[in-house]
Amino acid sequence: MTSTPLPRHRSKQFQTLRALALGLAIGFSAPSFADNLPEVQRLIKQGQYPQALEKVDAYLSSRPKDAQGRFLKGLIYTEMNRPADAIGVFTKLTEDYPELPEPYNNLAVLYAQQKQYDKARTALEMAIRTHPSYAIAYENLGDIYAKLASQAYDKALQLDGSNAIAQNKLALIRDLITTGKGNVKPTAPAAPVAAAPAPVAAAPAKPAPAPTAAVVAATPGAAAVTPKPAEIKPATPAAAPAAPAAPAPAVANKADNGSDEVAKAVAAWANAWSRKDMKVYLGAYASDFETPKGMSRKTWEDEREQRIAGKAGKISVTVDEPQVTINGDRATAKFRQHYKAPGLSSSTTKTLIFVRAGGKWLIKDENAR
Amino acid sequence: MPGRKFLLLALLGCLAGGALAKPAVSAKSAKKPAAATPLRKVAVVGTTAVAATALASSAKAQSNTGELPRTVSDAGPEAQLAKIFKEIEANRLNNALQLTEALLRQYPNYRLAHLIRGDLLLARTQPIQGFGALNGAPADKVADLRAEAVVRLKGYREKPQENFVPRYLLQMQPDQRHAIVVDTKRSRLYVYENDLKNGGRPRFVADYYVTQGKLGSDKLVEGDKKTPIGVYHVTANLPRQKLADLYGSGAFPISYPNELDRQQGRGGSGIWLHGTPSDTFARPPKASDGCVVLTNQDLDAVAKNLQVGLTPVIISSSVEWLSLDDWNKERNELNKTIENWRADWESRDTERYLKHYSKRFKAGGQSFDQFAAQKRQVNAGKEWIKLKINNLSVFRNPGKEDVVVVTFDQDYRSNNLENQMKKRQYWQREDGKWKIIYEGSA
Repeated sequence: MTSTPLPRHRSKQFQTLRALALGLAIGFSAPSFADNLPEVQRLIKQGQYPQALEKVDAYLSSRPKDAQGRFLKGLIYTEMNRPADAIGVFTKLTEDYPELPEPYNNLAVLYAQQKQYDKARTALEMAIRTHPSYAIAYENLGDIYAKLASQAYDKALQLDGSNAIAQNKLALIRDLITTGKGNVKPTAPAAPVAAAPAPVAAAPAKPAPAPTAAVVAATPGAAAVTPKPAEIKPATPAAAPAAPAAPAPAVANKADNGSDEVAKAVAAWANAWSRKDMKVYLGAYASDFETPKGMSRKTWEDEREQRIAGKAGKISVTVDEPQVTINGDRATAKFRQHYKAPGLSSSTTKTLIFVRAGGKWLIKDENAR
Repeated sequence: MPGRKFLLLALLGCLAGGALAKPAVSAKSAKKPAAATPLRKVAVVGTTAVAATALASSAKAQSNTGELPRTVSDAGPEAQLAKIFKEIEANRLNNALQLTEALLRQYPNYRLAHLIRGDLLLARTQPIQGFGALNGAPADKVADLRAEAVVRLKGYREKPQENFVPRYLLQMQPDQRHAIVVDTKRSRLYVYENDLKNGGRPRFVADYYVTQGKLGSDKLVEGDKKTPIGVYHVTANLPRQKLADLYGSGAFPISYPNELDRQQGRGGSGIWLHGTPSDTFARPPKASDGCVVLTNQDLDAVAKNLQVGLTPVIISSSVEWLSLDDWNKERNELNKTIENWRADWESRDTERYLKHYSKRFKAGGQSFDQFAAQKRQVNAGKEWIKLKINNLSVFRNPGKEDVVVVTFDQDYRSNNLENQMKKRQYWQREDGKWKIIYEGSA
C-alpha cells in the first residue's frame, strides 16, 4: 500500500526539516502491534489525532515502556501542534532507548520548528552517533547546518535574517509544492536503513542536494528485517523515486536472470568510475547514449574525462542493489548511488536505461534525481 | 572539490604577503625576530586556557623582572583566532568549528567569529569558495571582517621585539606612568610603561587591536573621517553613564589639534579613545569618524593606565622602532640640546640663545624677527637669570620630518621677574641642528 500523504499543513509545518521519522525501526516489537498500534497508525493518517491519542494511551497503559507506542504518541502530539508534549515524549524516549536514532531525529525537527537550531543539531548529531547510517538525520543535519550558518551570517554581517541560504531553502520547497511534482512532505516510512553501510555515513559534508534528491533521502529503503508498522511501506509516489532497493524479498520485477546481467553492468560501470578507468567507463555507454543537454558525444566525453580522470584524489562510487525492470532489449535500473570524492560526497537516486547490443547491456540514458 | 580549504584561499593568502613584513626597525642592528617576549608564547585553547596562560605568562614576566605583574597582552581573541586558522589550514574543520564556538561563548557578539562559524557550518552542507562564503553576502562587510582577521593575526604574530622601543618615546616625565602608541597601519595600540627603575626606558606592557577612521589616518580637516597623526595626550575621562552607546564602556578625549596641527592649519576636533557599542564585540579596522576605538574590555584595561592631562597618546601611521642603543643616543642628543638652550638663556648671551630658534619660528602671533627683537630688549634689562627645567618629556613626532615635542615645567627667575610655567616647544632638525619652531605655554 502506498502511504497516504499526511495532511497538507504538514508540509508547511515541517519546511525547516523535511524528514520526520514516522516510525521506529526496532526489530523486537512484532508482537506488540498485533495489538492496536496499526489502528493508531490508521487514525493518525486520517488526521483523527484525539482518537489516536486515546488509543495509544490505552495501549500504553498496559505497556508503559513500549517504544513504538510512545513514539507514535510523540507523533500524535506533534500533529496536534503540542510541541512541548511531543518534545517531552521524544526526550524521554532518547533517555530510555539511547540507541534509537528516530526519537533524536524527531526531537530535532521539533527544535528546528522552534528555531532552536543548536538543540536540533545536538539531537541530530546524537542520532548519527547512535546510528552512523541513519540517512534521514544526515539530510536534516544538512538543513540544520545551513540554518545555523545562516544565523551565524546574520550575526556576522548584520543581515535581516533573510539571507540567501535561507531563501534558497525555502524557495526550493515552494518550488516542489507548486510544480506538482508530488508531495514534498516526509512520506518517510519509518525504516532507517539500519543495516546498509551507506558510504554517506562516513561523510558529513555533502553537497547541496538537488530538490528531488533531498526529498528522496527522506524515504530510505526498508532494511531487510524491519518490522515497521504494517501499512507504512516505502512510499513510491512520483516525487519519491527512491524505492530503494534493499535486498527486499519481494521485488516483483526481478524475474529473469537478465536482471542479474543488468545489475552486473551497473556494478561494472560504478567500478570503472571509481577506478577512474575512463575506457571501461565510457565503454559502458551506448553509441547513441543521450548526452545531457544535448551536448555532443565528444564534449560529454571530455567533460567526464575531466571530472573523473582529471580529479585529484580518490573517487568512490558505490550503488545499492538496483531495482531492474526488463522489457525486451531495454532495461531500467534504478538505484541509490553513493559518490565520494575529496570535498564532496553525495547520495542520489539514479536511473540508468540500458539497451542490449551484441550481448552487452549498454547505457542509453542516465538520470539522476 | 576545492570547498574545504576555503579560508586558506582567501584569508591566509593575504597573510602570506604580510607575514614577512617585519616592524619597521630603523636600527642597524635589527636582531633576530627572536621568541622575544615571554608574552608571545601564548598558544591556547578555550577560555580557561587563555586565562591560565595569561596568568602563567604574567607570572613569568614578574619573575623575570622582580616587579609587579602587569597587564598582559593576548587577552583578546587573537590567540584563539590564530589557532582556528591553523586548524582550518590543516583541514581539521571540526576542531576549527569547536574552537570558534568556544570563542563565541566567550564573546557572544563577535561578528568575525560568527562569520567563520557560518563558513564552517556551510562547508558541511556544500563546497564553499572563500572567506564569507554566503551567497550574496554584502562584500563590504565581509571585507571588513577579513581585514580585521588579517590585522589581528598579524598583530599576534608580530609582537614588538624585546630591546626595541617606539622611537617616539624619547623621554617621559617622571609622573607619566604609561604612554600609548598607536600604529594605524597595523590597527594596533601599544601600552608602554615608564620604567623608572631602568632610567625611564619604555617597557612594553600590552597591545590591542584598534579601529581608526573610515578613511584612514593623517587628519586634515573636520569631517574627513581620518585619525590624526601626532603627539597628543589624554585630556579628560568621560564616564560611561554620560555617553551614548556608540562609545561603549568609556571615552578619553585627546588633545587634537595640537599646536603643530594648528600651525599647519589642521582642523576638526573631538578625537577620542573610546569603547565599542553594545551590539558588537569589535568594530572593523576602519570604521570610526577619526576616533581610536577599542573593544570595551580592552578600553577598560587601557583605562587603568591613563592619567588625565598626562598620559601621552602618540599616533603614527607606521611605528618606527629603535634599538635601545639608538634610542639612548637620540635621547641623549636631545637632552643635551635642551640643556644647551637652557644654559644659553641663563647666560644672557641673547644671540647665542636665539641660535636655538628657527627662522621659521612662529608663536603667539610673533614671527622669529619679532620674537628676537623682544628677547633682545628684555634680556638687556637682566642682571641675572636662573632657569630650571623640571618634569621634562621629549616625544618624537611621527612622520618623515625630524620634529620633537618637548614639554617641561619652567622655573624662571631673574633680577626683576619670577615666573613658573608649563612650557611646550616643537623642535625641528634643520641642516643637522635642532631648532625651535614653536614655543608656548602648555
